Amino acid sequence: MGIIKAFKLGFDYFKYDEDGNVQEMQRAVDDINLDIEAGSFVAILGHNGSGKSTLAKQLNALLLPSEGTIWVDDMDTSKEQELWKIRQKAGMVFQNPDNQIIGTVVEEDVGFGPENMGVPTEDIWKRVGDSLRKTGMTAYRHHSPNKLSGGQKQRVAIAGVMAMRPQCIVLDEPTAMLDPNGRHEVLEAVSELNKKENVTVILITHYMEEVIHADKVYVMDSGKIVMQGTPREIFSQVERLKEYRLDVPQVTLLAHELHEAGVDIPEGILTTEELVSALCQ
Amino acid sequence: MIRDITIGQYYPADSLIHKLDPRTKLLGTLMFIVSVFAFHTFWGYLVATVFLGSVILISKVPVKFIFKGLKAIFVLLLFTIVFNIILTPGEVLWRWGFIKVTKEGLVLAGRMAIRLIYLVIGSSIMTLTTTPNQLTDGLERQLRPLNKIHVPVHEIAMMMSIALRFIPILLEETDKIMKAQIARGADFENGNLIQKAKNMVPLLVPLFISAFRRANDLAMAMEARCYHGGDDRTQMKPLKYAGRDYAAYGILTGYLAIAILFRVVGI
Repeated sequence: MGIIKAFKLGFDYFKYDEDGNVQEMQRAVDDINLDIEAGSFVAILGHNGSGKSTLAKQLNALLLPSEGTIWVDDMDTSKEQELWKIRQKAGMVFQNPDNQIIGTVVEEDVGFGPENMGVPTEDIWKRVGDSLRKTGMTAYRHHSPNKLSGGQKQRVAIAGVMAMRPQCIVLDEPTAMLDPNGRHEVLEAVSELNKKENVTVILITHYMEEVIHADKVYVMDSGKIVMQGTPREIFSQVERLKEYRLDVPQVTLLAHELHEAGVDIPEGILTTEELVSALCQ
Repeated sequence: MIRDITIGQYYPADSLIHKLDPRTKLLGTLMFIVSVFAFHTFWGYLVATVFLGSVILISKVPVKFIFKGLKAIFVLLLFTIVFNIILTPGEVLWRWGFIKVTKEGLVLAGRMAIRLIYLVIGSSIMTLTTTPNQLTDGLERQLRPLNKIHVPVHEIAMMMSIALRFIPILLEETDKIMKAQIARGADFENGNLIQKAKNMVPLLVPLFISAFRRANDLAMAMEARCYHGGDDRTQMKPLKYAGRDYAAYGILTGYLAIAILFRVVGI
């Protein structure tokens, strides 16, 4: 039984005119079935407007489904009395690092979640210490978030979510506004949490390089899940990915071109080392 | 550069006054203000001066910073003194045309000046030794009884602290937009006042839009982290009175008692 399950999930955005009548309706998420296993690293890929962020917001009840049901740890997100429990179970990290940090000091921001949950004071300090250590931000605990780099800010945001002791973290394009160094820093912290703390990670992104270590990849296009499988399965279908306006990693593309040109190497090569060893055989 | 600006006028130092609970400082300032109005003789002001002087010494804040606050009220001070001197009726000391200086006027002006100056210095010591966040916390705790009459104390304090956090971010953003508009030929420097105000429009519109977008994002992030107002909320750093706070309250009460005693006895 998965930690997150969705059944025939659908969501519509409405556009209202001045009198409050529905003017336009847009289906952002359409007929989605998900079953995400606890402790796994799942990536959701899609280009802009494919509905992946809308789906992310469904996962911790920031948006409620217009159709179908979604369960987080067996709790139906549309039940209001479970709302705070669900948000505690499935933490969320957003795209813009500046707009999700509330505290004026790093440690106060990390403590914000536990404060809201009504955790006793001594326990908050313990949780804050723990999650700063897990994300490698202990050295910055007394700093002002304004003076940190983008990658560090995102790590603070992740620490803030971890302090709520969630079973699952949803990251909605956490690296979109970062430079390559920051991107690497954040991904490392996330996969560390996944491996060491056994937290389920759902990474939403449009950078292909970030998903090669995932256990499972979903590809979304116009609100639907169009492909799913291991990274290798997904990346061996280069032509199909191009249809969904997604770029495969450069190594994979090179391998694909070589394969097309008749060189005897397998499809779905993910890393440089793999390509080198395949070519040397 | 613009990142480094400090909000308020906090002067970081390691002193006993800095370590006091913000509530103690808030109430202490209030008590000091009352005392300044209670004293009305030379001996009274001497006591107030000694008290204020020792607090400044303990706070380790350079005197220069403390007098900075007086600049803002300089004009007000000047008006108060001049009008008190020339408009108070009484024993005439000096006369020129319709302007006359009276003895009572001089005394009253002096008293007013001392009160104003001490008032400003007293409250600057509080703002110089307390971070804006501590002040917000202190106010939230001190005003908590107002919750009973449905004043949203927690919400107001939360808004204040979020505003404090976003001031540097929005300043930086203003800087960015300004540069972007200058690069496209906007002129923020020349023209008369009305023109200058008009030129600000291309700066303000994007700034407002982005501020609203940020507010929207932040609200979502807060909700995602289970924020649901002040009910059932615990605090990571709850305010706690330490021994030094009780000592400070003792001293303050003694000081206020002297002020009231002086007033009653008429010294």
